[in-house]
Amino acid sequence: MSMPQEHDYIGLSEPLPSEKSSDKTTAAAAASNVERNGVFSLKETELRLGLPGSEAPERKGGVGIGIGIGIGVSLFGKDESKCVKSGAKRGFSDAINGAGKWGLSINGGSEVDLGQKGGVNVSAVKREIPPLEERKNEAAAAANTAPASKAQVVGWPPIRSFRKNTLATNTPKKDDVGGNSGTGTSCLYVKVSMDGAPYLRKIDLKTYCSYTEISSALEKMFSCFTIGQCGQGLAAKENISESHLMDLLHGSEYVLTYEDKDGDWMLVGDVPWEMFTDSCRRLRIMKGSDAIGLAPRTMQKCKSQN
Amino acid sequence: MDPEPKKPEDSPSNSGNSHGPVHPQSPFPDEALEKVLSFVDSHKDRSSISLVRKDWYNAERWTRSKLFIGNCYAVSPEIVAKRFRRIKSVTLKGKPRFSDFNMLPLDWGADVYPWLVMFAKVYPFLEELRLKRMTITDEGLELLAKSFPCFKALSLSSCDGFTENGLKAIASHCRNLTEVNIQDSITEDVGGGWLSCFPENFSSLEILNFSSLNGDVNFDDLERLVSRCKLLRVLKVNESITLDELQRLLVHAPRLTELGTGSFLQELTPRQYEEIETAFCNCRNLQVLSGLWEATSVYLPLLYGACASLTFLNLSVATTLQSGEFAKFLAHCPNLRCLWVSDTVEDKGLEAVGLSCPLLEELRVYPADPYDRDHLDGVTELGFLAVSRGCPKLHYVLYFCRRMTNAAVVTIVQNCPNFTHFRLCIMTPSQPDYLTNEPMDEAFGAVVKTCPKIKRLSVSGLLTDRTFEYIGKYAKDLETLSVAFAGSSDWGMQCIMEGCPKLRKLEIRDCPFGDAALLSGREKYEMMRSLWMSACSVTMKGCRLLARESPRLNVEVIREEGGNEAQALKVYVYRSVAGPRQDAPPFVLTL
Repeated sequence: MSMPQEHDYIGLSEPLPSEKSSDKTTAAAAASNVERNGVFSLKETELRLGLPGSEAPERKGGVGIGIGIGIGVSLFGKDESKCVKSGAKRGFSDAINGAGKWGLSINGGSEVDLGQKGGVNVSAVKREIPPLEERKNEAAAAANTAPASKAQVVGWPPIRSFRKNTLATNTPKKDDVGGNSGTGTSCLYVKVSMDGAPYLRKIDLKTYCSYTEISSALEKMFSCFTIGQCGQGLAAKENISESHLMDLLHGSEYVLTYEDKDGDWMLVGDVPWEMFTDSCRRLRIMKGSDAIGLAPRTMQKCKSQN
Repeated sequence: MDPEPKKPEDSPSNSGNSHGPVHPQSPFPDEALEKVLSFVDSHKDRSSISLVRKDWYNAERWTRSKLFIGNCYAVSPEIVAKRFRRIKSVTLKGKPRFSDFNMLPLDWGADVYPWLVMFAKVYPFLEELRLKRMTITDEGLELLAKSFPCFKALSLSSCDGFTENGLKAIASHCRNLTEVNIQDSITEDVGGGWLSCFPENFSSLEILNFSSLNGDVNFDDLERLVSRCKLLRVLKVNESITLDELQRLLVHAPRLTELGTGSFLQELTPRQYEEIETAFCNCRNLQVLSGLWEATSVYLPLLYGACASLTFLNLSVATTLQSGEFAKFLAHCPNLRCLWVSDTVEDKGLEAVGLSCPLLEELRVYPADPYDRDHLDGVTELGFLAVSRGCPKLHYVLYFCRRMTNAAVVTIVQNCPNFTHFRLCIMTPSQPDYLTNEPMDEAFGAVVKTCPKIKRLSVSGLLTDRTFEYIGKYAKDLETLSVAFAGSSDWGMQCIMEGCPKLRKLEIRDCPFGDAALLSGREKYEMMRSLWMSACSVTMKGCRLLARESPRLNVEVIREEGGNEAQALKVYVYRSVAGPRQDAPPFVLTL
């Protein structure tokens, strides 16, 4: 099996406009985004799914499953109504599941093309990969004898709404400095966490205008952790040099993800920049190796690995 | 101060057969009886006293100063005003508990305004108002602020309807406030500006809790407020307050007994770290600690100095906490009696609880991610078992998990036979024992057989009528029962209605109980506070029959969009001396 073509999806050197959305305006925004940054054609930056080494027709190149990158499809576990509502959004947990399964057990599995203009709606994608879905359902079946509909049941589990919101804390528009009335500020602070780092950082999304910028800023911000400046950094476990860190971040040993308005964890880079800043509530840099090997687990479990 | 001279003749119960003001059969003059009664606080005791004889009824009503109304629609403001004349403290509860989980439409009711109008007329010396699951508008808060010169304590638990403006009125007008507690009342429109509205010479506050406030707060004003309220003993801030801001507040209030921190996440310089650590060490009287949003391993040690006397630790919103750092933290809290955590601490964290908290009496484990049903994080039966082994005094548990076994629960209650509150929520509806694939009947059977003092039970998982046979037969002290996605037939609910002599509150959702089940309780509902049944098999016909037979019950059906006309999808039945609701919205039908 040939090595998959790696793709730097964090977008250090180019933006990653989304073409999955069937919304014309976002596609247009994506196009203009690319133009603004003056980089290559959209085709080159398209994300796609497929077996390592496989290639879709009419595609120049694409990304297979790179090292440490989980790219998934919102097929499993999300209820149907939610999928339809969110169009071609991809949930992170599904990304992990998907990646794991494709990497290990797919039999000449189908290739899912998410990148085409006009988008492929999720239910259509679903039909293309029945074997995976069945496998997933088997796993779920043992623990889940819930009614056939996977829609969320109103009022169940019986949790107060203020507890539901603790996972998605401050809104992006909240002013970072207390003392203002908190209305209509021009900051867009979101928290950024990195697996293994002892504390989070906060960044103002409004100070960046592209994925490139935010990636380099994050690199700088978090380099200190992996070089052992802080107690529980990765360096405590493995001595990592600065250049190695760059390799880590560039070479996709890290996965940059964000939590959006709906509470879903998404891979950074899928959507046009404006859409990202509008919907991003917090960011997390997680270890790609954790992401791949942990199906079916989610962000929570990954955190506890450290 | 006596607002009104005593008039025994005007007791509403003095109809017909009146003995006049002198009661030859009574060994006590009225004044003596009243003096004795003034020491009786519990409303349950007072209710018993009032039933003994007429003069005791009268003595009781003249001396009662604390009013507790468990269901605001069970009685009316007019009836209350006639009976009691000297009320200083009111506790009112409104909506059924399932409204907390969005199962009640907005504008269902429980508006406190008519009560406030009555209180303003009849109880001008009102000092305390405690509301739970009620709606209070800004208009209501303004009325409250302006009508009661002695007003001291406002507590709003799970309430809605108000904005910042109402709270501003309270802060500006109530000179003698000792308590402002908005607890877990979340409304979108409540900002923190009202904290700046306390007058400069205001200094009586003892309890301040705005932990659920969504908005930002003017920190300087808050700091000034805290610094001049020397009696402050309870302070619970919201997430917008940072660690170094908290330190500045603590410097002004080292005598706190209850603290709710703000966000526990911030980059601190070594100097700041030290200052905060010192501030916490100086809180020697801390018994209750909560907040701790985003607490991570780096900063938890800041708290160690404050934990020696801690009895209640609420980490339920600290959803970034993991088992390792949690275990280390627990080692510093030897006196814990009550612990609320997020399930991110996992079974390992609960093992640490079993090892470090021998005095534990209450445990609540909340799910950090309740809606993601396809992953297997959180806690399991193993964590619960570990706690039961190490904490023999455990009597109150609320446990959200994704899997459980009958065997585990049997062992747990053998380890801890003193359960009074057992609330187990297996988060996937109708899920069986994950090892044997059997229903969870034997688990709850074990609970009611082994724990004679059980007062409150919430059941979950795959359950047949068997569970209800057990409960009806063995749970003699049971007062509150919550049932969801359980049971096989009407017989299940009948077992409950025919057993459980002390049942007061029954809430049921998504169970196959129909009219026969509903009607089997007709004798019992008047002895209960309320019954809630939703998404069961009850019909309008059955509800009408019940309503016809029971004039002292309000049988209400909440109509929602869709659903066929004959079904009664949401039914709320409660006893009332006030007759049908006058303020029912169009979607609430009283039959």
